[in-house]
Amino acid sequence: MSTRPAGRRSAKKKPVVRKKALRPSAARKPASQSSVYREFLAQARAMEQEAAERYDELADQMDVHNNVEVAALFRKMAEIERKHAVRVLGSFPDTPSSSLAPSLAIGQPEMPETVPTSEVHYLMPPYRALMLALESEQRAQSFFARIARTTRDARVRAAARELADEEREHVRLVKEWMKKVPKPDSGWDFDPDPPVYSD
Amino acid sequence: MNAPDVAAFKPQDFKSDTKPVWCPGCGDYSVLSSITKSLAALELRPENVAVISGIGCSSRIPAYTTCYGFHGVHGRALALGTGLKVARPDLTVLVTGGDGDGYSIGGNHFMHACRRNVDLTYIVMDNHVYGMTKGQASPTTEPDWSSKLSPGGTGVRTFHPLVIALAAGANFVARAFSGDPNGTAAIISQAVRHPGFSFVEVLSPCVTFRPEQRNWKELAHAASVAQTDDPVRAAHRVMTDDGFNIGVLYAGKRTPYQPPVGKSLDGAMEKIEKEFLL
Repeated sequence: MSTRPAGRRSAKKKPVVRKKALRPSAARKPASQSSVYREFLAQARAMEQEAAERYDELADQMDVHNNVEVAALFRKMAEIERKHAVRVLGSFPDTPSSSLAPSLAIGQPEMPETVPTSEVHYLMPPYRALMLALESEQRAQSFFARIARTTRDARVRAAARELADEEREHVRLVKEWMKKVPKPDSGWDFDPDPPVYSD
Repeated sequence: MNAPDVAAFKPQDFKSDTKPVWCPGCGDYSVLSSITKSLAALELRPENVAVISGIGCSSRIPAYTTCYGFHGVHGRALALGTGLKVARPDLTVLVTGGDGDGYSIGGNHFMHACRRNVDLTYIVMDNHVYGMTKGQASPTTEPDWSSKLSPGGTGVRTFHPLVIALAAGANFVARAFSGDPNGTAAIISQAVRHPGFSFVEVLSPCVTFRPEQRNWKELAHAASVAQTDDPVRAAHRVMTDDGFNIGVLYAGKRTPYQPPVGKSLDGAMEKIEKEFLL
């Protein structure tokens, strides 16, 4: 139904996130997937989808409040996560689908890679937005690494390791990106004309 | 074109192209997300759902969904929702709003909607302040919350919506937290499925006028006891909790009120119209 607008110009030149194909050991074995493996695939896809949707929502919020730089940044992050979701889906064609919201379908609170809506501010500079993105990527990396360490299923372990490696690469790229935008002063959220009447 | 199968409706399909104008960080974004997730999970169609609201920040929600919507008069959302549900019992009716709209201006409608027990779901986004009109104290504002508009605090005891709902006869009472969107979606789904008047109080921080509410995410916690169908036990629990217990408190067994549709109106409208002819 709704078609989200395409991303505008980006705030700064951003590094390109390149996705490598999943190794055959972890991918394209649709015939005899265990339920654990299928559940894991659903979670992996859900994380990317939900993260992308949240970035779209945050970009809309920033558009409404005329913070065009951060809106473009969130839009770019949404695009990256959406590509990742498509790739996970493409690599695992038998990933279970559902009409439910991904994380709701598997009975979880919000996914580790999803930026909480409560953490944004209408005056936030790109650096702050990248900090939120960095935290999300770090949570995703920890999530997959923990699964890789603890699972007894060899196929889940292999796929989780790959995804953890990819998230680690995302962490590195976001850190690189952060070096290219100015670090804000501590009073970045000061508004000389605040909306609060009582101040 | 054939209508899509209900299974094809995803949460995004319940969101309109209108971008919300709430402040970034507002809890209402998450509540909107919870509502759309819940409607998809319930396998409803947008055209079979009506979202009714009053006035206030949270009452903007109908515009942000693809369902039928009515952005009504201040405090009168429940009256509109009740009328709609008794006339069109086939629709799923959600009534949405804030604490000022629902507990102050619409306080009397709230009590009588609980008492009447029409099969609809009332979702209140409670941020303990009037946000749209710039930060006045609302019925759920703490008595010692000091601002330029209420120096030193109002000193007035807070309204306790869950207790009032129980006492007035609501058939389903729950508290949710916007910082847990999926938990809120699950509670809303349960509320919609439960027959009769379902009341869901969602703690939804106002980051602009009550920035200290950002710490609600540290305070909110799952209720340690399961829901009950005993209103006395539920009332005792909620009056002695810390205000941040999240979960379904009460699920009752009252039969919903639903007058027969159409029959009682036979000829009545024509008669009324004749009486009003000048």
